[in-house]
Amino acid sequence: MDKFTTLTGIAAPMPLVNIDTDMIIPKQFLKTIQRSGLGKNLFDEMRYTQDGAEIADFVLNQPSYRKAEIIVAGDNFGCGSSREHAPWALLDFGIRCVISTSFADIFFNNCFKNGILPIVMPQEVVDVLMEDARKGGNARVTVDLEAQTVTTSGGQSFGFEVDPFRKHCLMNGLDDIGLTLEKAAAIDSFEARAKVARPWA
Amino acid sequence: MTAPRTLYDKIWDDHVVHQAEDGTCLLYIDRHLVHEVTSPQAFEGLRMTGRKVRAPEKTIAVPDHNVPTTLDRAKGIENEESRIQVEALDKNARDFGVNYYPVSDIRQGIVHIVGPEQGWTLPGMTVVCGDSHTATHGAFGALAHGIGTSEVEHVLATQTLIQKKSKNMKVEITGSLRPGVTAKDITMAVIGETGTAGGTGYVIEYCGQAIRELSMEGRMTVCNMAIEGGARAGLIAPDEKTFAYCMGRPHAPKGAAWEAAVSYWKTLFTDEGAHFDKVVTLKGEDIAPLVTWGTSPEDVLPITATVPSPADFTGGKVEAVQRALDYMGLTPGQKLSDIAIDTVFIGSCTNGRIEDLRAAAEVVKGKKIKVKRAMVVPGSGLVRAQAEEEGLAKIFTDAGFEWRLAGCSMCLAMNPDQLAPGERCAATSNRNFEGRQGRGGRTHLVSPGMAAAAALTGHLTDVRDLMAETV
Ligand code: SF4
Repeated sequence: MDKFTTLTGIAAPMPLVNIDTDMIIPKQFLKTIQRSGLGKNLFDEMRYTQDGAEIADFVLNQPSYRKAEIIVAGDNFGCGSSREHAPWALLDFGIRCVISTSFADIFFNNCFKNGILPIVMPQEVVDVLMEDARKGGNARVTVDLEAQTVTTSGGQSFGFEVDPFRKHCLMNGLDDIGLTLEKAAAIDSFEARAKVARPWA
Repeated sequence: MTAPRTLYDKIWDDHVVHQAEDGTCLLYIDRHLVHEVTSPQAFEGLRMTGRKVRAPEKTIAVPDHNVPTTLDRAKGIENEESRIQVEALDKNARDFGVNYYPVSDIRQGIVHIVGPEQGWTLPGMTVVCGDSHTATHGAFGALAHGIGTSEVEHVLATQTLIQKKSKNMKVEITGSLRPGVTAKDITMAVIGETGTAGGTGYVIEYCGQAIRELSMEGRMTVCNMAIEGGARAGLIAPDEKTFAYCMGRPHAPKGAAWEAAVSYWKTLFTDEGAHFDKVVTLKGEDIAPLVTWGTSPEDVLPITATVPSPADFTGGKVEAVQRALDYMGLTPGQKLSDIAIDTVFIGSCTNGRIEDLRAAAEVVKGKKIKVKRAMVVPGSGLVRAQAEEEGLAKIFTDAGFEWRLAGCSMCLAMNPDQLAPGERCAATSNRNFEGRQGRGGRTHLVSPGMAAAAALTGHLTDVRDLMAETV
């Protein structure tokens, strides 16, 4: 997993609420057995017509946002299925950070496993960031994970909360499994105890 | 004396392997269910790092999302990518030695139907799967939720999950349901009340008389859609019905082990006075047969209502409702029961169990369908066999329904069962998202009885009207 420390990039505004994982990456692209290559189908049905032509209106098709690295989104982003293909597609497109008032639980988890930082901000702040994002390619938003701040193109700064363990993993690009396997002895003794207490499980 | 605990607290406490200072826990996983779509990258990760599956005997794999449900599926899967995915699961299950129900096995079916049916899912367990509808298993009083593929790999390698505890939410349904109202209506009513983000950060415990009165099938329907309300998981405390359902299942304990299990299971309830961070109460009598009109499961109304207008909403929802109405091709003020239906889909992990098929067959019996296409897709090969034995299959086929083999099918249309653009479907599944059942397809979520009623009349219909006819 790539480390995430600071990021200065273009933010794309997507004010729609309840952007679900079927919108982020429709099921026909879930048939892959790889993690990479999904970026071209990110938001596929919103981004392309039935015969594959780009829909000019869609934000990521607009010249200023083609290289967006941040999405500022409406409430409840990433609701729906557990498909990790959603963060894979975002990452493959180049998105490293999503800011919203709330995220669906599984999507939120999946982001951290892939070096994407999901940031929860109150509505007032999301409104300010959304306005800033609307300025297009000339505006750059800065996300500083160490300092836990988001700074608009105008220099306005907002703090955000992040779980310390997740921050640590993200900043160092750490693999969870490796960390957990260091606790193998604790897992062994749990299993031994559970075998007595709940032998049927 | 320890402080009173919720059911969720109890299951959680019994599975903590390690707790860090900041509250991050390593949680032990008793059952790991696996399907072909969200697992290939995880198994590949194990191969690349030379890791093994830590507890193959607690890991259960079954292909369901991609498999064809047509009667000729023994011929193989035509779509190359789907075929590769199912073959990858075949190979991974073999190479890593996990329990496996291949397409050719009569026990194959939707992973969330197979788990309980085979007795893998038992009260008090932790159950995960790379699939959001893992919430279904909460009906047994098991802590069950969906995970992403990285977490699938983590569970395969370590049989644990890194977790922080969620908050406790209680959803109480008091009183009894009225005739024609089902578990599906309960779960949709709750989402209509709380919204699709209302459960975010919570584990829901469903309780109250109406929940206790549900069968295990109905309870699974309720918990299945906990995720549509944003909750991490849904739970229902186990009781005699739960034990009766589990008894004698292939992987349930037997003899003395059974006795020991039941006495432990009987401790799995929320203590008097335990704290809930949020409480929602609905009256069972107030719930009507429901139907969704939009593209989010929270867009739900009684069948007797009319299509709402964007002006009825506030904030970001105004734009979302306008978009939903355009997508669904509906006009504010239109009666929901006037909406014409092209296709009816009865199945999925929400409503693909035997009781669902019985409820639909009850409405269909002796009548003919008026829609272009109607299909029943049993949730597992065993559900299918039982429905044939009970004569339900014949009721459906006589009425003009297609009688399919088990799988996810048109719930998410990864296999050839898809809606055409603009085609309108009454479905017993759980998601009405844009494109869910096929690009441009329009989905109205309903209970099995309501789906059957729509099939017979050709439009969304109050199932109670048809029930009155038969009385
Ligand atoms: S039936 Fe539908 S919701 Fe259930 S597991 Fe299959 S695709 Fe998911």
